[in-house]
Formats: sequence, structure tokens, C-alpha cells
Amino acid sequence: MYVSASRAADGAVPRPRLSWAVPGNVFALGAVSLVTDISSEMVTAVLPLYLTLSLGLSPLQFGLLDGLSFGVTALVRLAGGNLADRWQRRKLIAGIGYGLSALCKPALPAAGGSVVALGAVIAVDRIGKGLRTAPRDALISLSAPAGELGQAFGVHRAMDTVGALLGPLVAFAVLTGTGGAYDAVFVVSFCVAVLGVLLLVMYVRDRRTPLSVPRPATSSRAALGLLRDAAFRRVCVVAAVLGLVTVGDAFVYLLLQRRGGIDAVYFPLLSIGTAAVYLLLAVPVGRLADRLGRAPVFLAGHVALVAAYLVLLGPGWLVAVLVLHGTFYAATDGVLMAVAGPMLPEHLRTSGLALLQTGQATTRLLSSVLFGAVWTMYGSTQGLAVMAAGLAACVLGAWFAMRRYM
Amino acid sequence: MNPIRRLPVLLAAVAVLGGTAAGYAAWATRRDPVPVPVAAADGGVLRPGRLMFRTATGQVAGVPLGDTAALPAAAGPVCSRFSTAGGTSICLVAKPGALVSTDAVILDRSMRETRRIRLAGIPNRAGMSQSGRMASWTVFVTGDSYNEGGFSTWTGILDTRTGYAVTNMEDIPLTLNGRRHHAVDVNYWGVTFAADDNRFYATLATGGKTYLVEGDYANWRVRALRENAECPSLSPDGTRLVFKKRVSADPRRMWRLHMLELSTMRETPLAETTSVDDQVAWLDGRTVMYAKGPDVWSVPADGSGAPAPLVRGASSPVVVR
Repeated sequence: MYVSASRAADGAVPRPRLSWAVPGNVFALGAVSLVTDISSEMVTAVLPLYLTLSLGLSPLQFGLLDGLSFGVTALVRLAGGNLADRWQRRKLIAGIGYGLSALCKPALPAAGGSVVALGAVIAVDRIGKGLRTAPRDALISLSAPAGELGQAFGVHRAMDTVGALLGPLVAFAVLTGTGGAYDAVFVVSFCVAVLGVLLLVMYVRDRRTPLSVPRPATSSRAALGLLRDAAFRRVCVVAAVLGLVTVGDAFVYLLLQRRGGIDAVYFPLLSIGTAAVYLLLAVPVGRLADRLGRAPVFLAGHVALVAAYLVLLGPGWLVAVLVLHGTFYAATDGVLMAVAGPMLPEHLRTSGLALLQTGQATTRLLSSVLFGAVWTMYGSTQGLAVMAAGLAACVLGAWFAMRRYM
Repeated sequence: MNPIRRLPVLLAAVAVLGGTAAGYAAWATRRDPVPVPVAAADGGVLRPGRLMFRTATGQVAGVPLGDTAALPAAAGPVCSRFSTAGGTSICLVAKPGALVSTDAVILDRSMRETRRIRLAGIPNRAGMSQSGRMASWTVFVTGDSYNEGGFSTWTGILDTRTGYAVTNMEDIPLTLNGRRHHAVDVNYWGVTFAADDNRFYATLATGGKTYLVEGDYANWRVRALRENAECPSLSPDGTRLVFKKRVSADPRRMWRLHMLELSTMRETPLAETTSVDDQVAWLDGRTVMYAKGPDVWSVPADGSGAPAPLVRGASSPVVVR
């Protein structure tokens, strides 16, 4: 952790020496995410093996299970965000999300070989994830001083990524130690998930500011009304449009594997490379965003992505692409929440963040379809060139759109 | 309660949860695996007239064709998928790890390892041409498809005579509906070679549809023959294919085995009505065998007769000819 002895010299709020540089609540939320990600990535890592080798499902059946319910998740995310605002109980809604996903872990082996039951469990797990994201980010944005949001989100995302990297290691330690008992992996994952819920319950405080009288509107119509705010609307449009010209991770790794001639064995390492860079850069880039402005850093992250595409199109250097790709995540994922958070009134913050995240997720899904189509019609190089040009143009457009708010 | 006062509660919770996790793991480790009786290897395991398969624990074993209820004789390593022909065997070994990977192991007549190819992903199919020259396999890799978290298959072919191996045949030039076809979502699986060690058949998936393709190994090209035919297996005389045809969207009743007469391209459903998800093997010129549930079953390849159990607790069946 970062010990801020010189904080008072920055002219920021003076704090006692040796205070945590990030507020306790953000650290607690980071710990919840770290532990929860260990739990969920444990399952993600062994699920394909379990479903196919242990239960004998075919890859196609596995694909059907996996491609479930994007639409449901999006709706749940919006509805959950709005409920959190209506009741002003973000911790409760996030807790329900974490709890639902925890309960799914022992339900997986209980579902046995039934594809229908397995599909239902996986869908509930996704719903849990959809429920918790927006209230969690709203809590982070409400827990740190406005001037330090970039760093707060950076710390949270770094801790989250540590969990994601540890999960598969824990899973395979359990699998090796028990001689291949998948149910043991699910039970351990469940225990870890329960610990995450306990950390949330015991250490995360909700910001339950009494709503002023008369009570401000928190209906879903009021949530949509957020888009009438010019600044927030621009952020939503910019995020959505940039999402449309962002090539999905899986495509990036596939192209990298092909262009770089990487041995098939090392293919899964590519996403770990991106995650490692993200982990290392999330905090420093978040701090940089606080100092230089978050919107410029957010756009600079997309410039890094354009650069990654260009390297992929050109020499195809492995390390350069992964570093640029990880930098893109460090400069955009948490930073976008830090850009939008302060624009949203506290009583509608969860709804607003849910709206922003859902918009971005939707256009990214569309982008996959779009990119797949361009690839099919013109080939992979042309497809990537089109996306790189589109992304560069959109970053430029976004610069003009957001300039006023930087 | 302030954070310090909460600490004992947290520690107690960690102790209880940790104890539960460790206790369950310990119990799962000691849980008795179902013992599979296997007789010791009797030498010369790949004698013609033997039916080879994987036992429930994955060990390769064999029984005489005339007495498939006999005690299986151990014949080789533990495999996730196995095939053998012409004195050469292929054994796919899954290696769970933080990165799941698979080894394709090539074995000689006395089941000694001669080649090991390291692959990413999970074992799915393995095949060997009749002469024992062309080995092929399919693994599938998750999270490598544009539908985030989807799967894609990587199919490889090894020419054991030249030692040349292709680990992912996705780039092979493909003709679909008479035109060259490029797509990001091209996936192949389930290769079966003809007796000339050059012509082969396989499944192609692209644009949400599956196709039966015919390939030419020497000229390195494939063309799609027809839609909706997966995991083909060529008869010993090279005139018929038995494949699984997608007949339902319901995952429980998804496939039905069919036979395709290559000269007329006429297909016939086989008498097996249960959904079978396997690449079948030919028991003889008239019968195919496949894994159904935990056992290997057989059914006539011409649509007549009825399915019958062949070996209990087995999969990846293959006859040594």
C-alpha cells in the first residue's frame, strides 16, 4: 500500500501521517473483489475441463452454455443499479450480487450432467456479476475524494486483477492436491466466495446520506434523465462509440498468435501478459489521471490501443502489443468510472454508472459481430486496418467532443 | 464494532471457511475411486483381432474381439482419447495446470513413445489412418472466439513418415459453395483419413453452420461437400461415412448418427436413437461402435438392427486390424 506522508504538501486534505493513501472503504472493496475474483476465476479455469472431460459435454454444448444471456445481464445491471439508488442501498444490492454468485459454486456439481441445470446456474452467476458491478463502482466513487478517484479506481482494479491471476493457480493447486476432484475446487471456491461476502458485510460501509427533503427522484425515468446532462451524455456517447471500434480481446490474441507465430501451447499466456501489465500500471496511471485530467488519459489509453493495432499490422512484436494492450486497460477501465462518477448526482450514481457500463458492453458486443463480418469479407489484416482507422478517427472525434469537459 | 473489534470475527470466519475447504479437499482426496479391474499387460498388446479402448480411468486396455466381456488387459498409458492403426497409436493426454494443455503422444507397436507434440487446450478427438501413417487430433481452446468466452477447435495432422506436423489446420484453403471462403470463425474437428493417406474428411464450422469437408493433404486444400455432418468416420472400404447429424436444438437430443453413401451422397439414419456425441469407429465393415454414456455400444451401419452394448466402462474404441 501507499503511505502518504507528503499528502498535506500537495494542498489536498491534510491527513494524519501514515494514513492509507486510499480510503479504507476503497481498500475494503478492493479486498472483496480480490477474494471474489480468486473464487470466480477458479471456476472459470476448470469449468471447460470439468464440463467436457468429467461430464462428457461436447465443445458445442459448452459453447451454448457459455454464450448465454448477455441480454438478461444487461437488463439486470440496469434494474439493479436503479434499485440501489431508489433504496440508497448500494452495499445491499452489491451484496446480493456477490451472494448469488457464491451460491452458484456448490450448485455447479449439484447440477450434475444436466445441461439445462448447468445453464441455469451459469446464468444466475452472470446475473450476480451484473448486479454487483455498478453499485460497487458507485461506492468506490463515493468513498474517495473527487481529486483522487483515478487512484482509487486504480487500486481497486489492481487488486481485482491480482485475484483474477491467482484464481487459476489456486484451482489447479486444489485439483492437483486432490487428484482431480473437481467438486473440491467448487467447494473451495465457495468458501473463498463466502469470505468475500463477509469482507463486504463487515468492512465496506455504504454511504447512506439521508436524502434531502423533498426526496429527489430516483425512478428509472430519472435515471434515463441523466442523459439530459450534456457532460454525462457525451461521456456515454464517447464510451459507446469507442466500444464500437474496439477489437475484442480474443481477436487480438488470435491475431497475435497468428502473426507472431506463437506456439499454441503459449496461447493462454497472452491474456495473462495483458493482465500483468494492467496490474502494474493501474495505480500509476490512475494517479496520472488525477493529475493530468481523466478524460485525456482515457483518450490516451485508446491511442495506446491504436498503437497496439498498428504494431499488430506491422512487425507483430509480442511484448509491445501486450504492453500497449495492458496500458489501454489501465488507462480506460477504472479511469472511465472516475471520469463519469463526479458528473453524476450521488442519489443517481449507481444508475448512471450502470447505464454507462451497459452502453459500453453493448457496443463492444456489436463490435465483435462487426469485426467478424469485416474479417469474413475482406480478411483479417484488412479488418484490423479498418478498426484501427475507425478507432483513430473516433479518438479524434472524442477529443473534440470532450475537450470542453477536460 | 470498529475494524479492530471485527478482526477476531474475521479470523474466526477464515478459520471456519479454511477448515471446511481443507476438510472437504482431504475427504475428496481419500474418497475411494471405483476400482477398475485390469489384467497385467500380456505383451504384444496390439495383436490383430483385439478391441482396444480406454477404461473408465483412462488406461488403454484391450479384449479379444470374440469375447468383449473378458477382463481387459492393460496395454498402454493413460489417455483422454486414443486411437491405433497399422502399428502406430495416438494418445491425447490432458495436462491440467494453471494453463490447461494437451500432449499428443505417438506410440510405436510396443507402445513406446516416439513423438510428443505439445498443444494448448482440451483433448477432443484422435484418429489414425489405416496404414498408421497419418495421425490427426482435435483439441479445443476456450476464450479464443469472438463471442467472449466461446470455444474454438484446433485440429492438427501429423505425417509420421516425414515428421511434419500441422498444429492448427485453420489456414487451409477452403472452398465453400464453389467459392474461396475466408472467415475468422473457421473451425475444424474430427478428421478421418482414407486408405491412400491423402484424402481425408472432417467437420468444418463457420457462420454458425457445420459442413462435411473433403480434404486433399498433398495439395493442402479442402472443399465443403454438404451441410450438417459432424465427426465423420470412413468405413474400412472407403465407400461410406458415418457421422453425427444435428437434429435438435435441445442439448439432450442434439445428434443422431447417420450413414452417408459417398457414391450417391444418400444418407440413412442409424438405428441408434439416443443422441451420441462421439466420432464413431468401425467394428467391422458393417458395424460402427461409439461411446454412449459410460459404455461402448455398437450398431449396424446401414440403419438396420438395434444398438447393443459392446464393452462396459469404456470409451475411444478401436479395432486392431
